[in-house]
Amino acid sequence: MSHESQRTTTTERGRIRVTGFDTSVFEDRDERFDWQQDESTVSRDRLTRAWERFKRNRTALVGLSIIALMLFTTIFARPIVIEGITVQPFSLAPFDPTNSNFAALNEAPTATHPFGTDWSGKDILSRVMYGGRYSLTIGVITVSIALSVGVPLGALAGYYGGWIDEVIMRLVDILYAFPFLVLAIALIAVLGQGFWNMITALVLVVWISYARLLRGEVLSVKENEYVTAAKALGARDRSIIFRHVVPNAMAPVIVQATLGIGTVVLNAAALGFLGLGLEPGSPSGAACSPAVAVA
Amino acid sequence: MSLQRYLIKRLLVMIPVLFGVTLLTFSLTKMLPGSPVDYILQFQETTPGLRDQLRAQFNLDEPVYIQYWLWLRDAVMLDFGDSLISDRSVSGAILTRLPKTLLLGFMGFAIAISIGIPLGVIAAINNGNTVDEASRVAALIGIATPNFWLGLMLLLVFSVQLGLFRVIPPDKAVLSPAMLKFVILPAITLGTASSALIMRLTRSSMVEELNKDYVRTAKAKGLSERTVIVKHVLRNSMVSVVTVAAIQVAFIVNGSVVVEQVFSWPGVGRLLIDAITQRDLPVLQAIVLMIAVTIVFVNLVADLLYSWLDPRIRY
Repeated sequence: MSHESQRTTTTERGRIRVTGFDTSVFEDRDERFDWQQDESTVSRDRLTRAWERFKRNRTALVGLSIIALMLFTTIFARPIVIEGITVQPFSLAPFDPTNSNFAALNEAPTATHPFGTDWSGKDILSRVMYGGRYSLTIGVITVSIALSVGVPLGALAGYYGGWIDEVIMRLVDILYAFPFLVLAIALIAVLGQGFWNMITALVLVVWISYARLLRGEVLSVKENEYVTAAKALGARDRSIIFRHVVPNAMAPVIVQATLGIGTVVLNAAALGFLGLGLEPGSPSGAACSPAVAVA
Repeated sequence: MSLQRYLIKRLLVMIPVLFGVTLLTFSLTKMLPGSPVDYILQFQETTPGLRDQLRAQFNLDEPVYIQYWLWLRDAVMLDFGDSLISDRSVSGAILTRLPKTLLLGFMGFAIAISIGIPLGVIAAINNGNTVDEASRVAALIGIATPNFWLGLMLLLVFSVQLGLFRVIPPDKAVLSPAMLKFVILPAITLGTASSALIMRLTRSSMVEELNKDYVRTAKAKGLSERTVIVKHVLRNSMVSVVTVAAIQVAFIVNGSVVVEQVFSWPGVGRLLIDAITQRDLPVLQAIVLMIAVTIVFVNLVADLLYSWLDPRIRY
């Protein structure tokens, strides 16, 4: 039986088992060509090459540095303490963002308060720096959860079609009839204010665009030969969808999702402006956060 | 599929969507904490008789599906009952405010198109050079600027510091000169983000069209650059722009909720926010439903327009 196992080769990624030919035929044969791969390109993997391309794009570099600067200021604005352990001891923000100084209410910008103070004497610069944490986390968490809802539903609708498609897409159509902010406002009125309620409301509004976009891509990707090949080899639907179809249909969704972080932050800020954002009293980053420009 | 059959198919698909929209609107407001009776009585203890009488008045003693049916039946006839706060009819309150929101929306839309399309054309003609690059940066800034911030800044500079505009809208008829002058700043605020999107779209579809063979033919037969651009390229690239411009209506509605708040504009958007803060359920239901139904129809018009403008597209 040892001979039998030799004749079996597996391709691990697709979990497709190909049997019936002798791999030693290929492994033992002589080198037909004296061609050798260029060593200088072998060491450069996909990530390195992507980075090389990225470095040549000036707009991308400007965008990256803006994001890096924002991440830096929000992370180092105040110390981060997780369960009593100080993870990050630095404090760049000149004042405590929640601390009121009643001697300086509504002050214009000065040397001590470069952005001035608000109606309750809180330093606005510190609040902007600290509030960025809320804005960025709301953006990233909302988009990640929305992706994990929208991608499977969009993939199922696009791949199976039929009644599954009808049900999911009609739901998407119904939600699409409500403008982003109107639906989010209504949902927050139902759920109440707060960090997680805001994220829930935003997720319920955001996922539909990812589902719609992915469904459209899946419709065209599933017509490819490699999908037919995978089916012919007896792969399960689950592995066809998530190993073959979705990875090839994700590109536009990823672009949309990256831009979506910015949109979500802006809309969270608009909700804050309308008085439906985070609870009053918390350093509501949304209310005074800078816009994220995703270049 | 002919256009008529497509239209019929689209109208049939709209039935479950409209049904779902009403169901969602109704259940959202049903899920709000507290019943309308609590808000009328302001959470005070009263006689059970009065409470029961109010419950009967709002059909709250019926099962939920009957409540939904009664509400839907009245909503189709545009009867949303009376506001809990002002005792006026909801439809009346919306109708008095609707012209103001429509004025703001149309002006914002006009600004979005009259800035977005010419700038997009200029960027496409200058594809790849500094003008194109500058337009890209401008579009990015336009999209990334929060509209409430832009509105407040415009208000601060042009109304408060320069004194060119009033800070609060005049109490005049909708199309009076004073009102038309005041609407300029809110409309700019509303139109900026949309104009940036329309500009990017115009640019990309123009660039695509400019590379096609018919452009070379038109140039070869000696047409001037201007004629080629305006009569041939622009017309062909408008197909996708028109569709997206129609979808921008949702975007404008979105923005008007915020912009009306900034400029104390007495429109539907402010009515919506007031209805939420005051828990005025009938008003909330009516506005959300009105907006959703409008957008369903606008999307239908956009789809039909698309297949009418480009007869090659059939579904």
